[in-house]
Amino acid sequence: MSASVQATLKAEAKDLNFYYGDFKALKGISIPVHDKKITALIGPSGCGKSTFLRCFNRMHDLYPGNRYEGEITLNPDNVNILSPKVDPIEVRMRISMVFQKPNPFPKSIFENVAYGLRVRGINKRSVLEEKVEVALQNAALWNEVKDRLHDLAFNLSGGQQQRLCIARALAIDPEIMLFDEPTSALDPIATASIEELMDELKDRFTILIVTHNMQQAARVSDFTAFMYLGEVVEYNDTKKIFTNPDKQQTEDYITGRFG
Amino acid sequence: MEREHTFKQYDAELNEIRGLLLEMGGKVEQMIANAMKALVDRDSDLARRLIASDHEINHLEMAIDEKCLQVLARRQPAARDLRFMTLALKIVTDLERIGDQCTSVAKRAVELNQEPPLKPYIDLPRMANWASVMVKEALDAFVRGDSELAIKVCRDDQFVDGLNDQIQRELLTFMMEDPSTISRALKLNYISKYLERIADHATNVAEMVIFMVKGKDIRHTAPPSGDELA
Repeated sequence: MSASVQATLKAEAKDLNFYYGDFKALKGISIPVHDKKITALIGPSGCGKSTFLRCFNRMHDLYPGNRYEGEITLNPDNVNILSPKVDPIEVRMRISMVFQKPNPFPKSIFENVAYGLRVRGINKRSVLEEKVEVALQNAALWNEVKDRLHDLAFNLSGGQQQRLCIARALAIDPEIMLFDEPTSALDPIATASIEELMDELKDRFTILIVTHNMQQAARVSDFTAFMYLGEVVEYNDTKKIFTNPDKQQTEDYITGRFG
Repeated sequence: MEREHTFKQYDAELNEIRGLLLEMGGKVEQMIANAMKALVDRDSDLARRLIASDHEINHLEMAIDEKCLQVLARRQPAARDLRFMTLALKIVTDLERIGDQCTSVAKRAVELNQEPPLKPYIDLPRMANWASVMVKEALDAFVRGDSELAIKVCRDDQFVDGLNDQIQRELLTFMMEDPSTISRALKLNYISKYLERIADHATNVAEMVIFMVKGKDIRHTAPPSGDELA
Protein backbone atom coordinates (compact mmCIF):
# COMPACT_ATOMS: atom_id res chain seq x y z
CA MET A 1 0.00 0.00 0.00
CA SER A 2 1.45 3.38 -0.93
CA ALA A 3 2.01 5.97 1.75
CA SER A 4 -0.47 8.40 0.21
CA VAL A 5 -3.39 6.13 0.86
CA GLN A 6 -2.52 4.83 4.30
CA ALA A 7 -5.46 5.35 6.56
CA THR A 8 -7.10 4.17 9.71
CA LEU A 9 -9.80 1.55 9.61
CA LYS A 10 -13.38 2.77 9.63
CA ALA A 11 -14.86 -0.67 9.24
CA GLU A 12 -13.79 -4.16 8.45
CA ALA A 13 -15.55 -7.19 6.99
CA LYS A 14 -14.29 -10.36 8.62
CA ASP A 15 -14.99 -13.71 7.01
CA LEU A 16 -18.45 -12.55 5.99
CA ASN A 17 -20.90 -15.06 4.52
CA PHE A 18 -24.37 -14.13 3.42
CA TYR A 19 -27.27 -16.36 2.44
CA TYR A 20 -30.45 -15.59 0.50
CA GLY A 21 -32.30 -18.56 1.99
CA ASP A 22 -30.19 -21.55 0.90
CA PHE A 23 -28.18 -19.63 -1.66
CA LYS A 24 -24.78 -18.56 -0.41
CA ALA A 25 -24.29 -15.19 -2.09
CA LEU A 26 -21.16 -14.03 -0.26
CA LYS A 27 -18.31 -16.36 0.59
CA GLY A 28 -15.79 -15.50 3.24
CA ILE A 29 -15.34 -11.82 2.48
CA SER A 30 -12.64 -10.04 4.44
CA ILE A 31 -11.68 -6.52 3.43
CA PRO A 32 -10.87 -3.31 5.27
CA VAL A 33 -12.78 -0.06 4.76
CA HIS A 34 -10.39 2.82 5.32
CA ASP A 35 -11.52 5.97 7.05
CA LYS A 36 -12.20 9.00 4.82
CA LYS A 37 -11.29 7.07 1.69
CA ILE A 38 -13.36 5.82 -1.21
CA THR A 39 -13.48 2.07 -1.65
CA ALA A 40 -14.93 0.78 -4.91
CA LEU A 41 -16.51 -2.64 -5.41
CA ILE A 42 -16.33 -3.88 -8.99
CA GLY A 43 -17.20 -7.14 -10.70
CA PRO A 44 -19.62 -8.65 -13.22
CA SER A 45 -23.37 -8.73 -12.62
CA GLY A 46 -24.33 -11.21 -9.94
CA CYS A 47 -20.89 -11.25 -8.30
CA GLY A 48 -22.34 -10.08 -4.99
CA LYS A 49 -21.07 -6.51 -4.85
CA SER A 50 -24.49 -4.95 -4.19
CA THR A 51 -25.31 -7.76 -1.75
CA PHE A 52 -22.11 -6.95 0.11
CA LEU A 53 -22.85 -3.22 0.09
CA ARG A 54 -26.33 -3.81 1.50
CA CYS A 55 -24.92 -5.75 4.44
CA PHE A 56 -23.44 -2.47 5.67
CA ASN A 57 -26.82 -1.00 6.49
CA ARG A 58 -28.65 -4.24 7.16
CA MET A 59 -30.89 -3.83 4.14
CA HIS A 60 -31.24 -7.61 3.93
CA ASP A 61 -33.10 -7.64 7.25
CA LEU A 62 -36.14 -6.37 5.37
CA TYR A 63 -36.68 -9.79 3.79
CA PRO A 64 -37.22 -13.05 5.67
CA GLY A 65 -34.87 -16.02 5.19
CA ASN A 66 -31.75 -13.92 4.73
CA ARG A 67 -28.84 -14.76 6.99
CA TYR A 68 -25.47 -13.27 7.84
CA GLU A 69 -22.41 -15.11 9.17
CA GLY A 70 -19.18 -13.47 10.20
CA GLU A 71 -18.76 -9.81 11.09
CA ILE A 72 -18.65 -6.28 9.85
CA THR A 73 -17.08 -4.28 12.62
CA LEU A 74 -17.60 -0.55 12.73
CA ASN A 75 -15.10 1.75 14.42
CA PRO A 76 -14.42 3.62 16.67
CA ASP A 77 -16.59 1.48 18.96
CA ASN A 78 -15.64 -1.81 17.27
CA VAL A 79 -19.24 -2.99 17.17
CA ASN A 80 -20.34 -5.85 14.92
CA ILE A 81 -23.17 -4.22 12.99
CA LEU A 82 -24.45 -7.60 11.82
CA SER A 83 -25.09 -8.82 15.34
CA PRO A 84 -28.80 -9.50 16.01
CA LYS A 85 -28.36 -7.48 19.20
CA VAL A 86 -27.66 -4.37 17.16
CA ASP A 87 -30.76 -2.46 16.04
CA PRO A 88 -30.70 -2.07 12.21
CA ILE A 89 -32.28 1.38 12.54
CA GLU A 90 -29.32 2.41 14.67
CA VAL A 91 -26.97 1.11 11.94
CA ARG A 92 -28.82 3.06 9.27
CA MET A 93 -28.46 6.23 11.34
CA ARG A 94 -24.72 5.82 11.11
CA ILE A 95 -24.44 4.39 7.60
CA SER A 96 -26.54 5.95 4.88
CA MET A 97 -27.18 4.85 1.34
CA VAL A 98 -27.68 6.36 -2.11
CA PHE A 99 -29.30 4.16 -4.74
CA GLN A 100 -28.96 3.55 -8.44
CA LYS A 101 -32.01 5.50 -9.47
CA PRO A 102 -32.77 8.77 -7.73
CA ASN A 103 -35.59 7.99 -5.30
CA PRO A 104 -36.76 11.18 -3.64
CA PHE A 105 -39.82 10.92 -1.41
CA PRO A 106 -43.05 12.46 -2.77
CA LYS A 107 -42.45 15.50 -0.64
CA SER A 108 -40.87 18.92 -0.99
CA ILE A 109 -37.14 19.37 -1.47
CA PHE A 110 -36.89 20.64 2.09
CA GLU A 111 -38.84 17.77 3.62
CA ASN A 112 -36.80 15.18 1.72
CA VAL A 113 -33.61 16.41 3.35
CA ALA A 114 -35.27 16.95 6.73
CA TYR A 115 -36.74 13.45 6.75
CA GLY A 116 -33.91 11.63 8.53
CA LEU A 117 -33.63 14.43 11.06
CA ARG A 118 -37.35 14.28 11.86
CA VAL A 119 -37.07 10.50 12.30
CA ARG A 120 -34.38 11.27 14.86
CA GLY A 121 -36.85 13.53 16.69
CA ILE A 122 -35.42 16.84 15.53
CA ASN A 123 -38.39 19.09 14.82
CA LYS A 124 -37.21 22.55 15.80
CA ARG A 125 -37.65 24.74 12.73
CA SER A 126 -34.41 26.73 13.10
CA VAL A 127 -32.30 23.57 13.57
CA LEU A 128 -33.95 21.86 10.60
CA GLU A 129 -33.44 24.89 8.39
CA GLU A 130 -29.79 25.10 9.24
CA LYS A 131 -29.10 21.40 8.79
CA VAL A 132 -31.03 21.20 5.51
CA GLU A 133 -29.08 24.14 4.12
CA VAL A 134 -25.72 22.64 5.14
CA ALA A 135 -26.65 19.26 3.64
CA LEU A 136 -27.80 20.85 0.38
CA GLN A 137 -24.62 22.91 0.23
CA ASN A 138 -22.48 19.82 0.85
CA ALA A 139 -24.36 18.07 -1.92
CA ALA A 140 -23.65 21.02 -4.26
CA LEU A 141 -27.36 21.60 -4.78
CA TRP A 142 -28.09 24.62 -2.59
CA ASN A 143 -27.60 27.31 -5.23
CA GLU A 144 -29.94 25.55 -7.63
CA VAL A 145 -32.81 25.02 -5.18
CA LYS A 146 -32.56 27.71 -2.48
CA ASP A 147 -35.41 29.71 -4.02
CA ARG A 148 -37.77 26.76 -4.31
CA LEU A 149 -37.18 24.61 -1.26
CA HIS A 150 -40.87 23.88 -0.96
CA ASP A 151 -41.35 22.69 -4.53
CA LEU A 152 -41.99 19.02 -5.05
CA ALA A 153 -38.69 17.07 -5.36
CA PHE A 154 -39.93 15.34 -8.53
CA ASN A 155 -39.69 18.67 -10.37
CA LEU A 156 -35.88 18.47 -10.23
CA SER A 157 -33.79 16.96 -13.06
CA GLY A 158 -32.36 13.43 -12.67
CA GLY A 159 -28.92 14.68 -11.66
CA GLN A 160 -30.45 17.15 -9.20
CA GLN A 161 -32.68 14.43 -7.74
CA GLN A 162 -29.62 12.25 -7.18
CA ARG A 163 -27.81 15.11 -5.44
CA LEU A 164 -30.95 15.61 -3.36
CA CYS A 165 -30.75 11.96 -2.31
CA ILE A 166 -27.11 12.52 -1.41
CA ALA A 167 -28.14 15.58 0.63
CA ARG A 168 -30.80 13.46 2.37
CA ALA A 169 -28.14 10.87 3.18
CA LEU A 170 -25.72 13.57 4.37
CA ALA A 171 -28.20 15.35 6.63
CA ILE A 172 -27.90 12.73 9.35
CA ASP A 173 -24.09 13.09 9.45
CA PRO A 174 -23.41 9.48 8.51
CA GLU A 175 -20.11 7.84 9.28
CA ILE A 176 -20.13 5.80 6.09
CA MET A 177 -21.96 6.54 2.86
CA LEU A 178 -22.92 3.67 0.60
CA PHE A 179 -23.36 4.39 -3.10
CA ASP A 180 -24.99 1.68 -5.20
CA GLU A 181 -24.30 2.58 -8.85
CA PRO A 182 -25.10 6.22 -8.10
CA THR A 183 -24.57 7.50 -11.64
CA SER A 184 -25.75 4.69 -13.89
CA ALA A 185 -29.01 6.52 -14.61
CA LEU A 186 -27.34 9.89 -15.20
CA ASP A 187 -25.80 11.63 -18.21
CA PRO A 188 -22.02 12.27 -18.34
CA ILE A 189 -22.22 15.84 -17.05
CA ALA A 190 -24.41 14.89 -14.07
CA THR A 191 -22.08 11.92 -13.52
CA ALA A 192 -19.05 14.21 -13.44
CA SER A 193 -20.75 16.47 -10.89
CA ILE A 194 -21.55 13.50 -8.63
CA GLU A 195 -17.95 12.26 -8.94
CA GLU A 196 -16.65 15.74 -8.11
CA LEU A 197 -19.00 15.76 -5.12
CA MET A 198 -17.75 12.38 -3.90
CA ASP A 199 -14.21 13.67 -4.11
CA GLU A 200 -15.15 16.60 -1.87
CA LEU A 201 -17.13 14.44 0.52
CA LYS A 202 -14.27 12.07 1.19
CA ASP A 203 -12.55 14.69 3.32
CA ARG A 204 -15.33 14.15 5.83
CA PHE A 205 -16.93 10.80 5.12
CA THR A 206 -15.97 7.25 4.36
CA ILE A 207 -17.45 6.10 1.08
CA LEU A 208 -18.15 2.65 -0.30
CA ILE A 209 -19.30 2.57 -3.92
CA VAL A 210 -20.54 -0.19 -6.20
CA THR A 211 -20.01 0.61 -9.86
CA HIS A 212 -20.20 -1.15 -13.21
CA ASN A 213 -18.20 1.63 -14.75
CA MET A 214 -14.58 0.69 -14.27
CA GLN A 215 -13.29 4.04 -15.38
CA GLN A 216 -15.42 5.51 -12.62
CA ALA A 217 -13.81 3.22 -10.05
CA ALA A 218 -10.41 4.20 -11.45
CA ARG A 219 -11.29 7.91 -11.31
CA VAL A 220 -12.83 8.24 -7.88
CA SER A 221 -11.65 5.45 -5.59
CA ASP A 222 -8.57 5.00 -3.41
CA PHE A 223 -9.05 1.26 -2.99
CA THR A 224 -10.77 -1.29 -5.18
CA ALA A 225 -12.12 -4.76 -4.48
CA PHE A 226 -12.75 -7.00 -7.49
CA MET A 227 -15.48 -9.53 -6.74
CA TYR A 228 -16.49 -12.64 -8.62
CA LEU A 229 -19.02 -15.35 -7.73
CA GLY A 230 -19.48 -14.03 -4.21
CA GLU A 231 -15.79 -13.80 -3.39
CA VAL A 232 -13.27 -11.00 -3.31
CA VAL A 233 -10.70 -12.02 -5.92
CA GLU A 234 -8.42 -9.06 -5.29
CA TYR A 235 -8.44 -6.09 -2.95
CA ASN A 236 -5.78 -3.52 -3.69
CA ASP A 237 -4.75 0.07 -4.07
CA THR A 238 -6.79 1.42 -7.02
CA LYS A 239 -3.64 2.57 -8.83
CA LYS A 240 -2.25 -0.94 -8.64
CA ILE A 241 -5.49 -2.59 -9.77
CA PHE A 242 -5.71 -0.50 -12.93
CA THR A 243 -2.05 -0.56 -13.95
CA ASN A 244 -0.74 -3.90 -12.77
CA PRO A 245 -3.13 -6.08 -10.77
CA ASP A 246 -1.80 -9.10 -8.90
CA LYS A 247 -4.42 -11.58 -10.14
CA GLN A 248 -4.89 -12.72 -13.72
CA GLN A 249 -8.68 -12.78 -13.23
CA THR A 250 -8.70 -9.12 -12.20
CA GLU A 251 -6.60 -8.23 -15.25
CA ASP A 252 -8.92 -10.13 -17.59
CA TYR A 253 -11.94 -8.35 -16.15
CA ILE A 254 -10.64 -4.79 -16.20
CA THR A 255 -9.10 -5.13 -19.66
CA GLY A 256 -12.36 -6.45 -21.12
CA ARG A 257 -11.27 -10.06 -21.64
CA PHE A 258 -13.82 -11.63 -19.36
CA GLY A 259 -15.95 -14.71 -20.00
CA MET B 1 -1.72 -17.55 -25.02
CA GLU B 2 -3.31 -14.20 -24.30
CA ARG B 3 -7.10 -14.20 -24.05
CA GLU B 4 -9.07 -12.21 -26.57
CA HIS B 5 -11.04 -9.12 -25.72
CA THR B 6 -14.80 -9.46 -25.66
CA PHE B 7 -14.82 -6.59 -28.15
CA LYS B 8 -12.77 -8.19 -30.96
CA GLN B 9 -12.09 -4.96 -32.81
CA TYR B 10 -9.96 -3.92 -29.82
CA ASP B 11 -7.62 -6.88 -30.46
CA ALA B 12 -7.45 -5.94 -34.14
CA GLU B 13 -6.38 -2.41 -33.21
CA LEU B 14 -3.70 -3.58 -30.80
CA ASN B 15 -2.42 -6.03 -33.42
CA GLU B 16 -2.25 -3.30 -35.99
CA ILE B 17 -0.03 -1.23 -33.68
CA ARG B 18 2.11 -4.30 -33.02
CA GLY B 19 2.43 -4.89 -36.77
CA LEU B 20 3.42 -1.30 -37.52
CA LEU B 21 6.07 -1.39 -34.79
CA LEU B 22 7.52 -4.57 -36.28
CA GLU B 23 7.53 -3.04 -39.73
CA MET B 24 9.37 -0.04 -38.34
CA GLY B 25 11.79 -2.35 -36.51
CA GLY B 26 12.49 -4.28 -39.72
CA LYS B 27 13.24 -1.05 -41.53
CA VAL B 28 15.71 0.23 -38.92
CA GLU B 29 17.51 -3.15 -38.88
CA GLN B 30 17.92 -2.79 -42.64
CA MET B 31 19.17 0.77 -42.13
CA ILE B 32 21.85 -0.37 -39.67
CA ALA B 33 23.03 -3.00 -42.15
CA ASN B 34 23.05 -0.56 -45.08
CA ALA B 35 24.83 2.15 -43.10
CA MET B 36 27.65 -0.31 -42.35
CA LYS B 37 27.73 -1.55 -45.94
CA ALA B 38 27.99 2.04 -47.19
CA LEU B 39 30.96 2.60 -44.89
CA VAL B 40 32.82 -0.67 -45.45
CA ASP B 41 32.21 -0.84 -49.23
CA ARG B 42 32.76 2.94 -49.58
CA ASP B 43 29.39 3.11 -51.35
CA SER B 44 28.28 6.75 -51.17
CA ASP B 45 25.23 6.17 -53.36
CA LEU B 46 23.90 3.62 -50.89
CA ALA B 47 24.58 6.09 -48.06
CA ARG B 48 22.63 8.84 -49.85
CA ARG B 49 19.71 6.53 -50.54
CA LEU B 50 19.68 5.59 -46.87
CA ILE B 51 19.65 9.26 -45.80
CA ALA B 52 16.76 9.88 -48.19
CA SER B 53 14.80 6.92 -46.82
CA ASP B 54 14.70 8.22 -43.25
CA HIS B 55 11.38 9.91 -43.99
CA GLU B 56 9.76 6.44 -44.16
CA ILE B 57 10.72 5.88 -40.53
CA ASN B 58 9.40 9.30 -39.57
CA HIS B 59 6.19 8.55 -41.39
CA LEU B 60 5.75 5.27 -39.52
CA GLU B 61 6.42 7.04 -36.24
CA MET B 62 3.58 9.44 -36.90
CA ALA B 63 1.24 6.66 -38.04
CA ILE B 64 1.88 4.66 -34.86
CA ASP B 65 1.47 7.70 -32.62
CA GLU B 66 -1.85 8.42 -34.30
CA LYS B 67 -3.11 4.83 -33.85
CA CYS B 68 -2.05 4.82 -30.22
CA LEU B 69 -3.89 8.08 -29.55
CA GLN B 70 -7.04 6.67 -31.11
CA VAL B 71 -6.93 3.52 -28.98
CA LEU B 72 -6.23 5.54 -25.82
CA ALA B 73 -9.16 7.84 -26.55
CA ARG B 74 -11.64 5.19 -27.60
CA ARG B 75 -10.78 2.13 -25.51
CA GLN B 76 -9.36 3.56 -22.28
CA PRO B 77 -6.98 0.60 -21.96
CA ALA B 78 -6.21 -0.73 -18.49
CA ALA B 79 -3.58 -2.94 -16.87
CA ARG B 80 -1.64 -5.05 -19.43
CA ASP B 81 -3.18 -3.18 -22.37
CA LEU B 82 -2.31 0.15 -20.78
CA ARG B 83 1.28 -0.97 -20.23
CA PHE B 84 1.41 -2.14 -23.86
CA MET B 85 0.14 1.21 -25.11
CA THR B 86 2.53 3.35 -23.07
CA LEU B 87 5.31 1.01 -24.19
CA ALA B 88 4.36 1.30 -27.86
CA LEU B 89 4.46 5.09 -27.61
CA LYS B 90 7.95 4.95 -26.15
CA ILE B 91 9.35 2.22 -28.40
CA VAL B 92 8.36 4.25 -31.41
CA THR B 93 10.55 7.11 -30.19
CA ASP B 94 13.52 4.81 -29.67
CA LEU B 95 13.10 3.29 -33.13
CA GLU B 96 12.88 6.70 -34.73
CA ARG B 97 16.09 7.75 -32.97
CA ILE B 98 17.82 4.59 -34.22
CA GLY B 99 16.82 5.67 -37.72
CA ASP B 100 18.37 9.09 -37.06
CA GLN B 101 21.59 7.48 -35.81
CA CYS B 102 21.75 5.39 -39.00
CA THR B 103 21.46 8.49 -41.19
CA SER B 104 24.24 10.08 -39.13
CA VAL B 105 26.44 7.02 -39.78
CA ALA B 106 25.62 7.33 -43.49
CA LYS B 107 26.51 11.05 -43.54
CA ARG B 108 29.89 10.37 -41.92
CA ALA B 109 30.40 7.52 -44.44
CA VAL B 110 29.85 9.91 -47.36
CA GLU B 111 32.43 12.28 -45.88
CA LEU B 112 34.93 9.49 -45.19
CA ASN B 113 34.54 8.11 -48.68
CA GLN B 114 36.01 11.32 -50.06
CA GLU B 115 39.32 10.58 -48.33
CA PRO B 116 41.61 7.54 -48.42
CA PRO B 117 40.59 4.84 -45.93
CA LEU B 118 42.26 5.16 -42.53
CA LYS B 119 42.29 1.46 -41.73
CA PRO B 120 40.35 -1.72 -42.48
CA TYR B 121 37.09 -1.72 -40.57
CA ILE B 122 36.85 -4.76 -38.29
CA ASP B 123 35.34 -3.73 -34.98
CA LEU B 124 32.78 -1.24 -36.30
CA PRO B 125 30.93 -3.89 -38.36
CA ARG B 126 31.06 -6.21 -35.34
CA MET B 127 29.57 -3.49 -33.23
CA ALA B 128 26.90 -2.76 -35.83
CA ASN B 129 26.06 -6.44 -35.92
CA TRP B 130 25.65 -6.60 -32.14
CA ALA B 131 23.50 -3.48 -32.17
CA SER B 132 21.34 -4.81 -34.98
CA VAL B 133 20.81 -8.17 -33.24
CA MET B 134 19.91 -6.31 -30.05
CA VAL B 135 17.28 -4.25 -31.88
CA LYS B 136 15.85 -7.39 -33.46
CA GLU B 137 15.79 -9.33 -30.20
CA ALA B 138 14.29 -6.41 -28.26
CA LEU B 139 11.42 -6.29 -30.75
CA ASP B 140 11.03 -10.08 -30.75
CA ALA B 141 10.88 -9.93 -26.95
CA PHE B 142 8.24 -7.22 -27.26
CA VAL B 143 6.09 -9.17 -29.69
CA ARG B 144 6.32 -12.44 -27.78
CA GLY B 145 6.21 -10.85 -24.33
CA ASP B 146 9.48 -12.69 -23.67
CA SER B 147 11.17 -11.16 -20.63
CA GLU B 148 14.08 -13.66 -20.72
CA LEU B 149 15.07 -12.46 -24.18
CA ALA B 150 14.68 -8.85 -23.03
CA ILE B 151 17.03 -9.53 -20.12
CA LYS B 152 19.58 -10.96 -22.57
CA VAL B 153 19.40 -7.75 -24.63
CA CYS B 154 20.05 -5.63 -21.52
CA ARG B 155 23.09 -7.78 -20.73
CA ASP B 156 24.45 -7.66 -24.29
CA ASP B 157 24.71 -3.88 -24.10
CA GLN B 158 27.95 -4.25 -22.15
CA PHE B 159 29.66 -5.93 -25.14
CA VAL B 160 28.77 -3.00 -27.36
CA ASP B 161 29.99 -0.57 -24.70
CA GLY B 162 33.23 -2.60 -24.50
CA LEU B 163 33.75 -2.44 -28.27
CA ASN B 164 33.09 1.29 -28.24
CA ASP B 165 35.79 1.82 -25.57
CA GLN B 166 38.22 -0.31 -27.53
CA ILE B 167 37.59 1.56 -30.79
CA GLN B 168 38.00 4.92 -29.09
CA ARG B 169 41.37 3.88 -27.61
CA GLU B 170 42.57 2.62 -30.97
CA LEU B 171 41.51 5.81 -32.78
CA LEU B 172 43.22 7.91 -30.11
CA THR B 173 46.47 6.07 -30.89
CA PHE B 174 46.08 6.88 -34.59
CA MET B 175 45.51 10.54 -33.82
CA MET B 176 48.51 10.78 -31.48
CA GLU B 177 50.83 9.07 -33.92
CA ASP B 178 49.77 11.09 -36.96
CA PRO B 179 47.75 14.31 -36.64
CA SER B 180 46.80 14.14 -40.35
CA THR B 181 44.44 11.28 -39.42
CA ILE B 182 42.52 13.38 -36.88
CA SER B 183 39.68 14.39 -39.17
CA ARG B 184 38.98 10.79 -40.30
CA ALA B 185 39.57 9.31 -36.85
CA LEU B 186 37.11 11.72 -35.30
CA LYS B 187 34.45 10.75 -37.86
CA LEU B 188 35.00 7.08 -37.12
CA ASN B 189 34.84 7.95 -33.45
CA TYR B 190 31.42 9.51 -34.04
CA ILE B 191 30.25 6.41 -35.89
CA SER B 192 31.31 4.23 -32.98
CA LYS B 193 29.35 6.51 -30.67
CA TYR B 194 26.26 6.35 -32.95
CA LEU B 195 26.34 2.56 -32.87
CA GLU B 196 26.73 2.59 -29.11
CA ARG B 197 23.64 4.80 -28.92
CA ILE B 198 21.68 2.40 -31.15
CA ALA B 199 22.46 -0.40 -28.69
CA ASP B 200 21.30 1.88 -25.85
CA HIS B 201 17.98 2.45 -27.61
CA ALA B 202 17.58 -1.32 -28.01
CA THR B 203 18.30 -1.66 -24.28
CA ASN B 204 15.61 0.94 -23.52
CA VAL B 205 13.11 -1.09 -25.51
CA ALA B 206 14.15 -4.29 -23.71
CA GLU B 207 13.79 -2.64 -20.29
CA MET B 208 10.30 -1.51 -21.21
CA VAL B 209 9.41 -5.01 -22.39
CA ILE B 210 10.38 -6.31 -18.96
CA PHE B 211 8.07 -3.69 -17.47
CA MET B 212 5.26 -4.70 -19.78
CA VAL B 213 5.58 -8.39 -18.94
CA LYS B 214 6.49 -8.23 -15.28
CA GLY B 215 5.03 -4.87 -14.30
CA LYS B 216 8.40 -4.09 -12.74
CA ASP B 217 10.44 -1.01 -13.63
CA ILE B 218 14.13 -1.90 -13.93
CA ARG B 219 15.33 1.30 -15.54
CA HIS B 220 18.20 3.16 -13.87
CA THR B 221 19.28 0.07 -11.95
CA ALA B 222 22.09 -2.43 -12.41
CA PRO B 223 21.60 -4.89 -15.32
CA PRO B 224 18.95 -7.37 -14.19
CA SER B 225 19.67 -10.96 -13.36
CA GLY B 226 17.12 -13.57 -14.34
CA ASP B 227 16.54 -14.57 -10.70
CA GLU B 228 15.42 -11.12 -9.58
CA LEU B 229 12.64 -11.14 -12.10
CA ALA B 230 11.64 -14.76 -11.80
